[in-house]
Amino acid sequence: MSLVFAGVCSHAPGIVGRADQADPAAKDRLYDAFADMRNRLEASEPDALIVVAAEHFANFFMNNMPSFAMGMADYYEGPIENPDWLGIQKTRIPGDKSLSERLIRKVMERSDVSYAEEWKFDHGIMVPLHFLTPSYKLPIIPANINCQGPPLAPLNRAWAFGQALREAADSVPERIALIGTGGISHWPATPDSGKINEEWDRRFLDEWSRCDKDAMLSYDDTQSYIDAGQGAFEIRTFMTISAATEGIEGTVHFYEPIPIFAVGCTIATINL
Amino acid sequence: MQKFLFELNRDEDFQSRYLADRRAALAGFDLSDEEQRALSEPDIGLLFHIGVNGQILMHFAAFHSIEWQDYLQLMRDGLDAHGPVREGVYAVTGYEGVESHSARLTQIGELEEGDI
Ligand SMILES: [Fe+2]
Repeated sequence: MSLVFAGVCSHAPGIVGRADQADPAAKDRLYDAFADMRNRLEASEPDALIVVAAEHFANFFMNNMPSFAMGMADYYEGPIENPDWLGIQKTRIPGDKSLSERLIRKVMERSDVSYAEEWKFDHGIMVPLHFLTPSYKLPIIPANINCQGPPLAPLNRAWAFGQALREAADSVPERIALIGTGGISHWPATPDSGKINEEWDRRFLDEWSRCDKDAMLSYDDTQSYIDAGQGAFEIRTFMTISAATEGIEGTVHFYEPIPIFAVGCTIATINL
Repeated sequence: MQKFLFELNRDEDFQSRYLADRRAALAGFDLSDEEQRALSEPDIGLLFHIGVNGQILMHFAAFHSIEWQDYLQLMRDGLDAHGPVREGVYAVTGYEGVESHSARLTQIGELEEGDI
């Protein structure tokens, strides 16, 4: 089969954990957009969902840091965070070891990916799943790009990873859905949490929605750090989705800075 | 020091041992006196100043059930007391704050609605 769904969304922990502190109207607009994304995902009738995330030291640490990794287990656990803080209860999330292995073997032909038979999800995956697969029935294939502990893989390697994911999805009989999750500009987990460069975000999303590969690959981490904070390293996850759907435009269904959620909240899908 | 927090943040058994005896849980990690003190109290502001990655620290603060605004303030207090972040990418660049930022966005929203 092939890719039946592709999109991107935010994963900031405050989206669920601090929902009661946000402007209720803004929160409702975001939650409606997530519900719409869930409907689109379900309508595509996927057999599994690959989540390209940028985790925050739930599994991978500087003692042994893969630039790219994929999960290869029949189940996963999460969240690692205090459930009361995140607003999401600890649960078991189904995986599909056989499918993972077939995908990983194919990805390896083009990209140097590590695999992990154990994987605990943090907010980077749990927040999207909380909205998109709240019953935790759909098998998840986690993938991770190191966006936290420099040195980080260059953007063109994230692009190659996305291309490899697409080839892998095309090589299996299952119907594959694919999402990327991350922030655009943001300064999370600092006293500046809430700061958002809306202009920078809108420009990036415009490039993303037109699948402008050259524009996206021309970002430079040093400059992004100054303009858009350390959180902007996570644009790698969005670009991976572009690479997996190269040449196809996307639609940004929702973008709105919500400071208490610490990010310009984004919901977008590829027009497959 | 970050290795300790990484292990603690992801391991519920380790969390129970830490809660039972914080100092004992630190054994086996290569830590200075300052780091031991910051981790066992815990002193969120000092940890942020020393350069603990913000994400690791955020999960640690959540584990201690520290409220969001208090956690942000503890980091600010730490910088006031000890100086700028010593290393890493989780630094401070200046921000008006969530409250005034949100108020500004609401105002813009109302103005735009008024235009229509
Ligand atoms: Fe993140």
